[in-house]
Amino acid sequence: MLLITCPNCGPRDETEFHYGGQAHVAYPENPSELNDAEWAKYLFYRENTKGLFAERWVHTAGCRKWFNALRDTVTYEFKSVYTGAAPAAPAGTASATSTNGGQQ
Amino acid sequence: MAETIAELTVPAGASALRRSPAAQLAEAFEAASAATAAAGAQRAVAVREIPFLVQLGLRAVPGSQGAAAVEAALGAPLPTGHAGTTAGGGFTVLWIGPDEFLAVGDESPENFTSDRGPAEAARVASALGEAGARTPGGVVDLSANRTTFELTGPGARLVLEKGVSFDLHPRAFAVGQAIVTSLDHVPVLVWKTGEDAFRVLPRASFADHVGRWLIDAMREFAAPEVP
Ligand SMILES: [Zn+2]
Repeated sequence: MLLITCPNCGPRDETEFHYGGQAHVAYPENPSELNDAEWAKYLFYRENTKGLFAERWVHTAGCRKWFNALRDTVTYEFKSVYTGAAPAAPAGTASATSTNGGQQ
Repeated sequence: MAETIAELTVPAGASALRRSPAAQLAEAFEAASAATAAAGAQRAVAVREIPFLVQLGLRAVPGSQGAAAVEAALGAPLPTGHAGTTAGGGFTVLWIGPDEFLAVGDESPENFTSDRGPAEAARVASALGEAGARTPGGVVDLSANRTTFELTGPGARLVLEKGVSFDLHPRAFAVGQAIVTSLDHVPVLVWKTGEDAFRVLPRASFADHVGRWLIDAMREFAAPEVP
């Protein structure tokens, strides 16, 4: 059982949370101008990082708020949790290599 | 929305027909409570349902104009952070999330004779202004959403610890604090109202299950402690 620290509620059991995939995937600025391939890339293409990964979590059984977390996909260790834009992430993380900016 | 609900007239005698979500468990609660008391005072725990508490769902960003309006109408400030509660104006306000709160009305014989939820919600909501020029915020009558169970006695925390993973020890959970969490996978609010007193608020549809879960969890304390 992972102990996940909600930015609002503090440490809670993993079962109180749901996973929301990669963080900082920005909505296209002009969605109507995207072709099918670009739209598919926005919807479905995600990093498959081995190591530190910026991802979305929601505290479903608690405050019901979304937040971001930096988690090591190898060890499952949560390095940090944060809300809003990406923090100054260590080099080599998904958020640092992602092509889309630091939107929530 | 709240105004529309408030305008509905409750037919005479309707309050007599009200049935709380765990009314069918009243006798079983008494028996389970008596059994733990008979086994010794050390781990005794009493359970009962506190039905029909007025509950108002509040949405407002703390510090905003809407929050100030709700606080003034309610007569209590909004709690400022996780597990916080505040009291005033006949309500205790529980912190649910950074911009979400639940105002729970005091226990009162009045609750049995009239459904005051819609009127209270309309009253507090009117502080946010008229439709079309409303200050951001929300007040909704949630009185029928959850029922309230109360566990009292030295064994109360032991019973809850079987299903709640949050640290309920006094060093981590003080009197007057309330949290949103799960009781054996069921979403509930857990509210500590005294050193040996906890309230558990499950949704009405879970009331029977949670009530029976509590009776089952109490059974151990109806027998002498195994050394
Ligand atoms: Zn939370």
